[in-house]
Amino acid sequence: MQPFEYIRADGADAAIALVGRDPDAQYLAGGTTQLDLMLKDGVLEPGRLVDITRLPLRAITRADGALHVGALTTMEELAADPTVAERLPLVRDALLAGASPQLRNMATIGGNVMQRTRCRYFRDPTVARCNKRAPGSGCAAVTGVARMHAVLGASQHCIAVHASDLCVSLVALDAVVHVRGAGGERSVPLTEFYVVPGKRPDIENVLEHGELITAIEIPMLPVGAQSGYLKIRDRASYEFALTSAAAALVIEDGTIATARVAVGGVGTIPWRAREAESILTGATASSDAFRSAAEAAIQESFTVPGTAFKVGLAKRTIRRILQTISGIQP
Amino acid sequence: MEQGRSHATRPRPDAAGRSTVVDVTAQVNGNACRLRLDSRVTLLDALRDVLDLTGTKKGCDQGACGTCTVLVDGKRVLACLTLAAQCDGREVTTIEGLASDGALHPVQEAFVRHDGFQCGYCTPGQIMSAVGLLEEGRAGSDEEIREFMSGNLCRCGAYPNIVAAIREVAGRGSE
Repeated sequence: MQPFEYIRADGADAAIALVGRDPDAQYLAGGTTQLDLMLKDGVLEPGRLVDITRLPLRAITRADGALHVGALTTMEELAADPTVAERLPLVRDALLAGASPQLRNMATIGGNVMQRTRCRYFRDPTVARCNKRAPGSGCAAVTGVARMHAVLGASQHCIAVHASDLCVSLVALDAVVHVRGAGGERSVPLTEFYVVPGKRPDIENVLEHGELITAIEIPMLPVGAQSGYLKIRDRASYEFALTSAAAALVIEDGTIATARVAVGGVGTIPWRAREAESILTGATASSDAFRSAAEAAIQESFTVPGTAFKVGLAKRTIRRILQTISGIQP
Repeated sequence: MEQGRSHATRPRPDAAGRSTVVDVTAQVNGNACRLRLDSRVTLLDALRDVLDLTGTKKGCDQGACGTCTVLVDGKRVLACLTLAAQCDGREVTTIEGLASDGALHPVQEAFVRHDGFQCGYCTPGQIMSAVGLLEEGRAGSDEEIREFMSGNLCRCGAYPNIVAAIREVAGRGSE
């Protein structure tokens, strides 16, 4: 483990300057990914760690039909928010399906967006082939033991999954990431924040070095929307998803007026299923429509022997959550 | 343990003159502690190796087992994934800080009464997590207790008795 300098930032601009000016510096928030990859796995070796956890970026406010969530709000704090509980059950369900209470007391919403993959080959520096860790070296997972890996947005270059539960619900809701850097502020829709790996799995998102996520804006669902998050995993709790799905429906007189669908556990990025939404929107709410939507959601998959089962499982996961939130059973 | 991974300070040749040492002042079980540490030292290692508070156990040391659970400012967290430096100005409570005036904490008593352990290694983490859970109001049903204790593994499988102990302290008796 390489030594590093620990600095507690006393303001957002100071933190941005400290990291932005130093290519060897990284931010520290909840630490549940950062410290794991630094102290335990030896994958990250920053020379300077800038602790941002005491910056005033922890408020949850509601305005203009959206929830504005400070980036340093913890997962438990957001899950306990009354507006989230009442109006955004797919966010609450996703939060409480993730990690453990201890980790959720530590992990922040900004950090959840920035979390790194759990791929064991990425997290083991003794494995030579990892295009995400060592660009151009290959991918050990494609020919290795794969199960907790991606089938969408994946290729022979990388099958590492983005393991967030929360972000699956957030892409379904068109959440927006607010970012501040040395050059000012900008906003990026979460659906455009992540970069599908292609030949450069080391490039994961559109952030420039030193840019700081200050808030996540979550647009509210229309009143009357039914929504939820379903996570399928190898044990009942405290486990990453094999597959998951977030969905929201507004059904008026039996017809689907609005549909949102996203899938998790299967994508190299949190995967918005717009093809499924197109099929659902305007259709009669029925198990046939749900089946067609699920088929459309999982296309152009890249599978290896260990992940082939996820194609069918993801479709059934989507059908199940649509059935659950609508109350329409086959 | 792999050589070269100890917490002994390994001076880093750094042209920028960066310090890899941190000063930390924290309340640990009600006692003010001032420590000068290598910045890499986790809260878990500071508790065990520097403050001799070995009640908090090191299990996986990677955030997966819950054995190192402590309270920081009243919230249950994992000491293995927390830097000691992050606890500056914070209040840390470990298993050693639960008893008052020689009397066990109600959760400790309930674990004894219900035989909520076998080998005992995970027990300090289980008890600290249970204290956090009760504070959060997550003991409404056995199902809820199981879900919100899922971050604490017990390889002896004492789960039924752990649930019974927590249920009792929550005031639901042996329903």
